[in-house]
Amino acid sequence: MNTAVLDAVDRALVLATQSGLPLVSRPYHRLAGQIGIPPEEVMARLSRMLQKGVIRRVGAVPNHYAIGYTANGMSVWDVPDESIDELGARVGALDFVTHCYHRPRRLPAWPYNLFVMVHGSSRSEVLSKVAEIAALLGHGSRSHDVLFSTAILKKTGLRIAP
Amino acid sequence: MREPALLVDAIDRAIIDGLQGDFPICERPYAEVAGRLGISEEDLLARLQRLLAARVLTRFGPMFQVERMGGAFVLAAMCVPDADWQRVRAIVDALPEVAHNYRRESERNCPFNMWFVLATESEAGIDAAIRCIEDGSGLPVFPFPKLKEYFVEMKLAVRA
Repeated sequence: MNTAVLDAVDRALVLATQSGLPLVSRPYHRLAGQIGIPPEEVMARLSRMLQKGVIRRVGAVPNHYAIGYTANGMSVWDVPDESIDELGARVGALDFVTHCYHRPRRLPAWPYNLFVMVHGSSRSEVLSKVAEIAALLGHGSRSHDVLFSTAILKKTGLRIAP
Repeated sequence: MREPALLVDAIDRAIIDGLQGDFPICERPYAEVAGRLGISEEDLLARLQRLLAARVLTRFGPMFQVERMGGAFVLAAMCVPDADWQRVRAIVDALPEVAHNYRRESERNCPFNMWFVLATESEAGIDAAIRCIEDGSGLPVFPFPKLKEYFVEMKLAVRA
């Protein structure tokens, strides 16, 4: 672990909050009591981690199935390496795309290098969005596939060990 | 695993849609948010508890970006035969380094059907977790580390 980024107190804060923020009136005071530092320091450290991007955001993480997004399609595309940055940025800018990454191919079984996640209420909605991506990529994509999730097997998020 | 349908009212929707980020860091953050929503602090806390218990929310709190702490977050996939599914799933799900795991199917018979994310405190932790899964399952793990991130914004408005 890179101690230049997180010291022991920051790490204790990660451990104390990775499964969730206390649901009490003064949650940062509760954490302060658990860790043994002043509440102001808890708030200052969390703010700093947020500023540095160690914390992406603080808030609710919905179960997308439960809020109506029962179709979750990972669309994957084989685009030329020389144009992937330009195409990835354009696809990532589409308002319905939630994640867009360049990842390595695993030839011969896996020719795809652009991974684009699309959520919707039905497979047909997701497929119509995938068709929009296909139209945007045009001849820039040599082949593609869509992998729908059929079961969430586990969803806990980060769990570092004490 | 389909989640049970749960009735959410307009205030629950406002909580889910409005609280996917920017939760305040101050002495009484729930009171501040409750004031914005026009409800009491007690009501907000009770609703959050209920939404978490019903698994409409999977978490409430900070979302850590482990790469920024010197760690790693890597998507990986396996081709698991149906006859072996439960055995391999148990091995993968049991590892604390597995942050989430999904079964995926394509219409093109893509053989990669188990997709999971490994989150570890160090780069070396990824290799160790992969070795552990490969040794336990006898099947290869294919890591797909991100080479470049073009966009990530996982905020979805309630449709249920």
